[in-house]
Amino acid sequence: MAPKLPPQHPLQHSSTVVADGQSHDAHSAHPKGVMRWLLTTNHKEIGSLYLIFSLIMFFIGGIFALVVRAELFQPGLQLVEPEFFNQMTTMHGLIMVFAAVMPAFTGLANWMIPLQIGAPDMALPRLNNFSFWLLPVAFTLLLSTLLMPGGGPNFGWTFYAPLSTTYAPPSTTFFILALHIAGISSILGAINIVATILNMRAPGMRMMDMPLFVWTWLITAFLLIAVMPVLAGLITMMLMDINFGTSFFDAAGGGDPVLFQHLFWFFGHPEVYIMILPAFGIVSAIIPTFARKPLFGYASMVYATAAIALLSFLVWAHHMFVVGLPLAAELFFMYSTMLIAVPTGVKVFNWVTTLFRGSISFESPMLFALAFVVLFTIGGFSGLMLAIAPADFQYHDTYFVVAHFHYVLVPGAIFAIMAGVYYWLPKWTGHYPNEKLAQCHFWCSIIGVNLTFFPMHFAGLAGMPRRIPDYALQFADFNMLSSIGAFFFGVSQLIFVLVVVLCVRGGKKAPAKAWEGAEDLEWSVPSPAPLHTFETPPVFNRTQSSD
Amino acid sequence: MSSGSYYVPATSRWPILGSIALGIMMIGLGVKLVYDTGTPLMLIGVIGVIAVMGLWFRDVVRESMGGLYDAQMDRSFRWGMGWFIFSEVMFFAAFFGALFYVRTFAIPWLGGEGEKGVSALLWPDFVPQWPLFNPPDSAVLGPERVFSPWQLPLVNTLILVTSSITLTVAHEALKSGERKTCRNWLAGTVLLGCCFIVIQGVEYYEAYHHYGITLEAGIFGATFFILTGFHGVHVIVGTIILACILARIWKGHFANDHHFGFEASCWYWHFVDVVWVGLFIFVYVL
Repeated sequence: MAPKLPPQHPLQHSSTVVADGQSHDAHSAHPKGVMRWLLTTNHKEIGSLYLIFSLIMFFIGGIFALVVRAELFQPGLQLVEPEFFNQMTTMHGLIMVFAAVMPAFTGLANWMIPLQIGAPDMALPRLNNFSFWLLPVAFTLLLSTLLMPGGGPNFGWTFYAPLSTTYAPPSTTFFILALHIAGISSILGAINIVATILNMRAPGMRMMDMPLFVWTWLITAFLLIAVMPVLAGLITMMLMDINFGTSFFDAAGGGDPVLFQHLFWFFGHPEVYIMILPAFGIVSAIIPTFARKPLFGYASMVYATAAIALLSFLVWAHHMFVVGLPLAAELFFMYSTMLIAVPTGVKVFNWVTTLFRGSISFESPMLFALAFVVLFTIGGFSGLMLAIAPADFQYHDTYFVVAHFHYVLVPGAIFAIMAGVYYWLPKWTGHYPNEKLAQCHFWCSIIGVNLTFFPMHFAGLAGMPRRIPDYALQFADFNMLSSIGAFFFGVSQLIFVLVVVLCVRGGKKAPAKAWEGAEDLEWSVPSPAPLHTFETPPVFNRTQSSD
Repeated sequence: MSSGSYYVPATSRWPILGSIALGIMMIGLGVKLVYDTGTPLMLIGVIGVIAVMGLWFRDVVRESMGGLYDAQMDRSFRWGMGWFIFSEVMFFAAFFGALFYVRTFAIPWLGGEGEKGVSALLWPDFVPQWPLFNPPDSAVLGPERVFSPWQLPLVNTLILVTSSITLTVAHEALKSGERKTCRNWLAGTVLLGCCFIVIQGVEYYEAYHHYGITLEAGIFGATFFILTGFHGVHVIVGTIILACILARIWKGHFANDHHFGFEASCWYWHFVDVVWVGLFIFVYVL
C-alpha cells in the first residue's frame, strides 16, 4: 500500500512567501494574545494546542475513571447511581479515546513531522487550524450531554444498538453530532498529515529514509481516512433510527443490531491501531537514541507497520465472537487476529535487538519507552488469549478484557505519549525536563498502572463482568487494589503536569542535539525550535539513515 | 521578504469561525431533532458555514490568482483532494456494506436460515425476500411496490453518465484554450446535474405518495433513502461546485495548464457519478 513516490521538489522555487498578496512579511503581522492561538496556522503552535487540549481531556477522562473506581472500591452501591455510573464508564472511554489519546498523537505529529522531514509547516496550514478548533467544539458539546435531561451517553463507549438507539437517553442525538464534528476533525487532520508526508519531505529524503514516527503516522493517517467515514456513516444510521423511524438496527423492520456491531468494529479495530501505531513510532525513535545504536531492522519495522494496518481491516469480528457468528466467521477472525502477532512480534524483536549490546542510559524518555515494550507486550499476549474464539466465550465482557485493553492503551499508548513528551520537551522549550521529578513520575506511574490493571486480569478470569457498579463479594480484594492503584496513578499524573510546567518556565538549557544518540532531522534545528524552521528546504544527508 | 522557497499562509480567521459555525449548526440541528425547536439556530449555523466556505475559498482563489502557489502547493492540493474523495468512498462503503449485509445475511437469518433458530420463535411467519415488502413485525409497513429500474432511474443514469462526458469535453476544451467551448459544455453539465436533482425529487415524491417507500418502511426504505439521499446531497453539492467553477470560467479564471480548482471539481463529479452507477446496480436493478 506504499503510495508512489511523489516527484522531488527542485531546490529553486519562486521565492515568494508572503501570503496575503501584500509586500510586507506575513510573519511580522502575527496577532498577539488569544487571537494568536485562535488564528494560528503554525504547526508548532497548533501542535501545542493539541497537546494542551489532550492533557486537559486526559484529566477530565481520568476523573470519570476515578468516579468509577471509587464506586468499585467496595462491593455494594455507595457513591453514585447505577445510571450515572454507566455515564461515567461511557464518557471515560469516549473522552480518553477521541479527546485524549488521538489528539495527543496528532499534536505530536503536528510538532514533529515537519521537523523530522525538513518541511516548513504542514501542507495545508489553515486546514490544520480548522482540524484543531473543531475539537473543543465537539467535546464541549459531548461533555454538555452530561447536564442534559435524561443524562449523557450511558451505553458504553462502543454504543451498541439498541442500547444507543431504542433505549438511549434523548441526549444521544447530541452525542452523535459531537462525534460527527470530532470525526471531521480527524479526517481533515489525517488528510493534512498524508499530504505533508508525501509532498513536503526535504530534497533527497526518500520514503525509506523517513523516521519511523513519520512512517507510522503516514499509515495511521491512512487508517483514519479509511475508517472515520465508516464511523460517520454508522452514527448517521443511528441518528436516522432514533429520529426518523428507520430500521437499520431494528430486526422488527428487517434490520439487524448485529449490523451495528459489524460496522462499529470495522471502524473500531483499525481505530485501536490508530491509537498504537504512532506509539510504535515514538518508541522506535527513543530506543535507538538511548541505546546509541541505529534501529535494528528499519525496513522490517516499516513493513510490519503496514502489515498490522492491513490486517486491522480483516479482524473486526473478534470483538463479536459471542454475538452468534457462523462457525466459518469465528474461525476466520480467530486466525486472522492471531496473524497480527507476527508483525507485532517483529517489532518487539527489533526493539529488543536494538537494545542488544547497546550503550544504554536510562533517562526518563527511555524508561517510559522500555516500560512500553514490556507492558504493551503483556497487553498483546492477553489480546492473543482473547483472540482464541472458544476461550473468548469465557473472557468476553469480563474485566479480563478491561485489563487487556488498558494494558495496551495506558502503558501502551499513553506511556509512549509521555515518553515522546519527555523526549521532545527540550526541542520544544529549550530546557531539559527535571529528570528527578520525571523519574519520580515514571516510577509512580508504573506502580500505579500495574496495581490498577494487573488485578483486573484475575477479577476477569474469575468471572467479574465489566460495566457494572456492584459485584459479588469474591471480587472485593482485586477491586480494592485496582481502586487504590487508580487513585495513585491519577494523582501521580500531577507530577507530569508539574514537570511540563517547570520545563516550559526554565531548567537546564538544552543544545540543538539534546540527546547524545539522537540522529533525526529535528535535532539539527536550535532548541527551542524557532517558530519557523526549514523555510528553505534542508538538504537531507542520507548517511543519517539506516541504509 | 524571506528568501524561503516554501509557501506558508498567514494566519486566517476562517477556520475558527468555521468551527464555531459548524458547532452552532450541529447544536441547532440537535435541538431541532430532540426538542423540535431551534430552527433559527440551525439556520444561523448553516449560513455561517456556507459564508465561511465562500470566504475561505475566495482567499484561496485570490492567492492562486496572485501566483502565490507553486508546483508543490499544487501537489498538496491534489493529495488533499484525492484523499478526501477516498474518505467519501469509505463513507458510502458503510451504507453499501449495510445493504449487502442485510440482503446477504440478516434477512435470510431472520427467515430461519443457517444455525440461527431464534428469529423463528419471534416471527415464525416471516418470509425472507428482497425487496422486503413484509418486515418481520407487522407493525412496520414495508413498501407497497418498488421502482422499475428501467424508467426514471435509467433516465437518471443516462443523465449522470452524459454529464461526466460533457464535463470531460469541457475540461479538454479548457486545456486547449477554447474557453467558450469549455464554458458551454460546463453549463451543459450543470444543467444535467439540475435535471438529475429534479428527477430525483420527482422520484422521492412518487416514493412517498404512490409506492409506500418511506423512511419508516422497514429496512428497504432505510437503505433506499440513505443511499440515494446521501448521493443526492452529493449531486447538489457537486452541481453548486460546478456552477461556481462556471462563474469563475466566466470571469476569466483558470489558465490552460494550471486549473486545479477545475480538476478537483471534475474528480468530485466523476466520483459522484461512479457512486450512482453502483447505486443503480445494487439499489435498483439487483
